[in-house]
Amino acid sequence: MKLLRVSLLVLSSLMISCFAFAADMKVGFIYIGPPGDHGWNYQHDVGRKSVDEAFGGKVETVFQENVPESADAERVMTQMALSGADMIFATSFGYMDPVLNVAKKFPNVKFEHATGYKTADNVSTYSARFYEGRSVIGHVAGKMTKSNTIGYVASFPIPEVVRGINSAYLAAKAANPNVEFKIIWIFTWYDPAKEADAAKTLIQQGADVIMQHVDSSAIMTVAEEAGVYAFGQASDMSAFGPNAHLTAIINGWGPYYVKRVQQAMDGTWKGGEQTFDGIEAGMVVIGDMSDKIPDSVKKEAQAIADGIASGKLHSFTGPVNKQDGSAWLASGETADIGTLLGMNFYVEGIEGDIPQ
Amino acid sequence: MDLGDIQISLLLASLIVAATPILLAALGELIVEKTGVLNLGVEGMMIFGAIAGFIATIETGSPWVGFLFSILGGASIAFIFALVTQIFRANQVASGLALTLFGLGLSSLLGHSYTGIKPAAFSDLHIPILSEIPILGVILFQHDPIIYFSILAVAAVYFLFRNFRLGLILKAVGENHDSAHALGYNVIVIRFGAILVGGAFAGLGGGYLSLVRVPQWTEGMTAGAGWIALALVVFASWQPLRLLIGAYIFGGVTLLQLNLQALGLEINVALLSMSPYLVTIGVLVFMSARRSRGSLEAPRSLGKTFFGL
Repeated sequence: MKLLRVSLLVLSSLMISCFAFAADMKVGFIYIGPPGDHGWNYQHDVGRKSVDEAFGGKVETVFQENVPESADAERVMTQMALSGADMIFATSFGYMDPVLNVAKKFPNVKFEHATGYKTADNVSTYSARFYEGRSVIGHVAGKMTKSNTIGYVASFPIPEVVRGINSAYLAAKAANPNVEFKIIWIFTWYDPAKEADAAKTLIQQGADVIMQHVDSSAIMTVAEEAGVYAFGQASDMSAFGPNAHLTAIINGWGPYYVKRVQQAMDGTWKGGEQTFDGIEAGMVVIGDMSDKIPDSVKKEAQAIADGIASGKLHSFTGPVNKQDGSAWLASGETADIGTLLGMNFYVEGIEGDIPQ
Repeated sequence: MDLGDIQISLLLASLIVAATPILLAALGELIVEKTGVLNLGVEGMMIFGAIAGFIATIETGSPWVGFLFSILGGASIAFIFALVTQIFRANQVASGLALTLFGLGLSSLLGHSYTGIKPAAFSDLHIPILSEIPILGVILFQHDPIIYFSILAVAAVYFLFRNFRLGLILKAVGENHDSAHALGYNVIVIRFGAILVGGAFAGLGGGYLSLVRVPQWTEGMTAGAGWIALALVVFASWQPLRLLIGAYIFGGVTLLQLNLQALGLEINVALLSMSPYLVTIGVLVFMSARRSRGSLEAPRSLGKTFFGL
């Protein structure tokens, strides 16, 4: 009996060590919502899968979905670190403090936090210049609207979202001086019913092009039904609105994830870095343009995307005033990174207040 | 920046649409709670009804079959709850929470290959003559059949508890299950049935979400509607008519604040977003405060397990 027990013990520990050595590295991902949202989380999961593909069996990836931005996030990351994760990607803004707390407890685990601004020796941040994509779709929106009213469904009043609104507005205004923005804040990233309600409200109030900075594809479905236009958010959403879908801003996390995991394996990964990439690095990708967009507008939009990628154009180029009329950017001046990252004001011409 | 952009009749018509999923789910939960069972799994039953109805609609092309499956879907996972809490006498709170998690998980598993598909449209039923009435016609009589059903169901539940023997029996079981048992009523069977009916209503509410209101399938698309329904039952102090008023106020203020935002009014937006919750609670508390105390109380056996005598 004793022999049996001992051999079982040996066998099982052998098996465990086999599993442990199966992959050189274990990488964890935590998502704020379900990867099935066809939006923000879906794209992070696409990025995770490209890590799987790039490294084959050498890297094992694990993920946890629907992790709230609270003490739960700390618990989940601690669990991941305890179960052998060497690197953790926390893919939502609100994981910021939980990441720092867990990173302190596990100095040998490498942390990557999306869209945050706090770093540590083993914490780097990464974010995409989505506002570059908003310049492109803002131009398309300005050209496509007939009612001169563009609806915008916004999530939370954080600099990331405000930046997107301003960038889209400036581009739309440049394309069509009569354009007006109607903005609704819904204080959630993911609530299809609420997003649909907001879009319906905007359409009832005359908007014929809808932009969104929330995660689900509900708005696309509503736009399709109402016969107005909309843009894919985070990924291509044309399946939800074949006629409504003009183009999309696609989040391309894959290249960055592969690069950082490679660096971690080579030992060249560094904490305290802050990556902020855009169209040029492929972190922001403009999706396929719909046939509904006239060729001339397609060309203009492409030119804007190319210009931004090459550095010739900048989404925020003066002269631009703030909403209250005070000067912000002088003619030809471009916005500095600090102002962009902390943006908490509308540019001149947008009506309404940013909720505080 | 003028209020002229808000079309009041359209606003009122869409508030009914926005409120219907919560109303249906809350009405089902009201029946369940009246019999003394606290089922916290409303969210899970709703989302399961949403995916069951969605899959059935896609596969058959008929939203009517879809709604039938929403009802069956909601009732079938409520069956698990009934089995666990009534036959095996497990704790209702824990089982309800588990049901929510189960429903969310199972629906996302089943729904995996159903994202990005559009369900067959569910056409509106314009009631002859009545729908022609100016303004009122648009608000009340140009909806889809489920909305008429939800309003009739509220009336039916109201009269059930007021005028019918069955309603009294349900109430008796919820107020004091030992006495009801002593009078010869089978507490377990009655509660089992009520739980199934509650699940059916929640499932229908979920189906309305995925087939009419959004209409598409996305994971976790109920996004807390089930919890709002649960809260509504309490704030309506277990009265069907107050439930209807509460649900419509909630839907109405939600849409009104979206409309006000779109107008770009200089009102604190954070306050506006909070307003549906505040106004609904405020109105229902005010209504309750004027009534005698007895009508406000929860069914006395609510949440208690019946062990027989």
